[in-house]
Amino acid sequence: MSEPIVKFQDVHKSFGDINVLKGINLDINPAEKVAVIGPSGSGKTTIIRMLMTLEEPTSGDIIVNGTNLWKMEKKGDMVRANEKHLRQVRGDIGMVFQHFNLFPHMTILENCMTAPIHVKKETKEEVRERSIQMLDRVGLGDKLNNYPSQLSGGQKQRVAMARALVMRPKIMLFDEVTSALDPELVGEVLEVIRDIAKHDDMAMVLVTHEMDFALDIADKVLFLDEGVIAEQGTASQVIEHSTNERLQGFLHRFRK
Amino acid sequence: MINAIIDIAPQLARGLSITISVLLASAIFAYLMAFIAGLCRLSQNTIIRKFTGLYVEVFRGTSLIVQLFWLYYAVPMLFGIQLGSNWWIGVIAIGLNYGAYLSEVVRGSILSVAQGQTEAATALNMSSFQRMRLIIFPQAVRMMLPEFGNYTIQILKGTSLVSLIGMTDILYYGDIMRSSNLSQAPLVYLLVLVFYFILALPLIWLTRKGESISRKGVAS
Amino acid sequence: MNFTYWSWDTFFDALPFVLQGLGITVGLTITCYLFALIFGFVWTFLRRVPNKLFNWVVTWTMEFIRSTPPLVQLFFIYYAWPMIPGVGFTLNPFASAVLGLGIHFSTYVGEIYRSGIESVDKGQWEASRALNFTTVDKWKKIILPQAIPPTIPMLGNYFIIMFKEVPLASIIGVAGIMLMANTYGAQNWAYLEPLTIVGIIFLALSYPSAVLIKKLEVKMNTRFDKNAVVKSNQKGAVM
Repeated sequence: MSEPIVKFQDVHKSFGDINVLKGINLDINPAEKVAVIGPSGSGKTTIIRMLMTLEEPTSGDIIVNGTNLWKMEKKGDMVRANEKHLRQVRGDIGMVFQHFNLFPHMTILENCMTAPIHVKKETKEEVRERSIQMLDRVGLGDKLNNYPSQLSGGQKQRVAMARALVMRPKIMLFDEVTSALDPELVGEVLEVIRDIAKHDDMAMVLVTHEMDFALDIADKVLFLDEGVIAEQGTASQVIEHSTNERLQGFLHRFRK
Repeated sequence: MINAIIDIAPQLARGLSITISVLLASAIFAYLMAFIAGLCRLSQNTIIRKFTGLYVEVFRGTSLIVQLFWLYYAVPMLFGIQLGSNWWIGVIAIGLNYGAYLSEVVRGSILSVAQGQTEAATALNMSSFQRMRLIIFPQAVRMMLPEFGNYTIQILKGTSLVSLIGMTDILYYGDIMRSSNLSQAPLVYLLVLVFYFILALPLIWLTRKGESISRKGVAS
Repeated sequence: MNFTYWSWDTFFDALPFVLQGLGITVGLTITCYLFALIFGFVWTFLRRVPNKLFNWVVTWTMEFIRSTPPLVQLFFIYYAWPMIPGVGFTLNPFASAVLGLGIHFSTYVGEIYRSGIESVDKGQWEASRALNFTTVDKWKKIILPQAIPPTIPMLGNYFIIMFKEVPLASIIGVAGIMLMANTYGAQNWAYLEPLTIVGIIFLALSYPSAVLIKKLEVKMNTRFDKNAVVKSNQKGAVM
């Protein structure tokens, strides 16, 4: 098997006095689909937020593509990464948020085009073509010039995914992307994720409460509990063969 | 009465150019100060932040009229600039005063752009400068529009103070006419007010326009 | 820079002289403010009269007063008022200032009252109708107790704004600290020190008040869970 694209090595995170993560060790392989499940407050979201550089770990290392994300070498010492270093390393990572976070002052096409043009310095024509393609793929090819405020929650989330995909990430992070949606809009968003999982060869990390869906598409399932990975393995290993009582209790509550 | 109006109005109109030029110049100066000070107060550098904070508190904590007179008497003494530059003193006083108020509007608007916007921009690998330029600032500016409109009306009202340091604005000519014929005072001052109101009308309209722009196109 | 023009002797000589005006300045602020608070109700009441034309006239009258300089309004009341045919009596500077600044700021205060009333939940109006309250009881027991408290921080801001507008009255001869400073300046040809004193007095009084009101606002916001009313930096408010 090839080198992991992401490695967490004894990563701790605390907010003030509260220790959210107490030593996370984790490998994510290229193209691997990882589902992170666990009770709320167990630190699921914090894991992917640290990988996206939105949250700085208290200690430990996160290695992305062989490079330490939060530390860099300076005159032989490892020091805290500066913005330039972070930007270099996180370039392969994309993220979709619970609350979409679309840019309200831009049309949905502009939402998709801004970053490739300004960040990756690609030409406008190329980006435009690719953005339209992506928006078509998520079923919004007819809304290119609409503003986010004119869309439903499900549509907004699909735009957010297209926006992330246009950047051609090697790792995509999904942070409870259906939690803020009305129940009847969840399906359309999950369909898009399923489509990405099937056809794209990027690694995916899904933090989710959609248990059946996660177990269905995931190569690997992590059960996070009280700040540590309490259980990990394939879906069938984790669900059918785990003896972890808290996991069984958790699954029982979520699956009828 | 009509005859009196025809008599008075052209006299007052002589002050229009000063009122308008002071309004425009001090508004531009105030906007400039607002953005400089507003951004400085968000700086990571403590000294810059504290220094700008001092400017804002001093100018918001004292009156425009006090600042105007202070500059009027102090500037020639301290810097040797002579009378005749009263226009500048008026513009500087009004600009610094309202710049301080508006800097709070700039700061508040930038801070009120939702945290999620910064995070989304980070996830798209934007630099902090790109985040500010492409995402935060354009949204913050939309939010600022109504307050900038309101304060521009305040600036227009504030320009009437330059008559007190000898600038020949609308109010100055009104005072001259009142002192030459006191019985005309009601009509003179009513017309002065009407002049200011006419100047305020486009600003009122722009403020309302700004309100409707700011209501849409901002993340909640 | 050359600071030879600054004299501490003059500063301490001018200090007691300027301070003589402090009582008038504070007194005028309070009187103007109370006038504005009361007159603000008049505007709010007039705007609730259900007649389109009348409403339009009231709205634009308020807009007119609000968007024209208070200094000119002071002059109008001080110089022009006695000349209006049939009036025939003058107002002293203090009374002119109370009327002028009071009316000017009452238009802002009226808007604040209105925003407070409009922020009361629609269900409250319906409930008071359902419970068959009289009009007086409805306002006294249901609407006003909910409408007024959230507006208190904004009203407090206007007290500070009023305080800073009061030196305008020196121009028509109200002997507050501003006029005392100018008088001292004219007598001794030394303006810098007395005007600096005025500035310091304003800072010393308005800054702590602003901090106090900010605290009050935070308290009110948590007590009355409302985002509709307290848009704190509305129309020239302080903080």
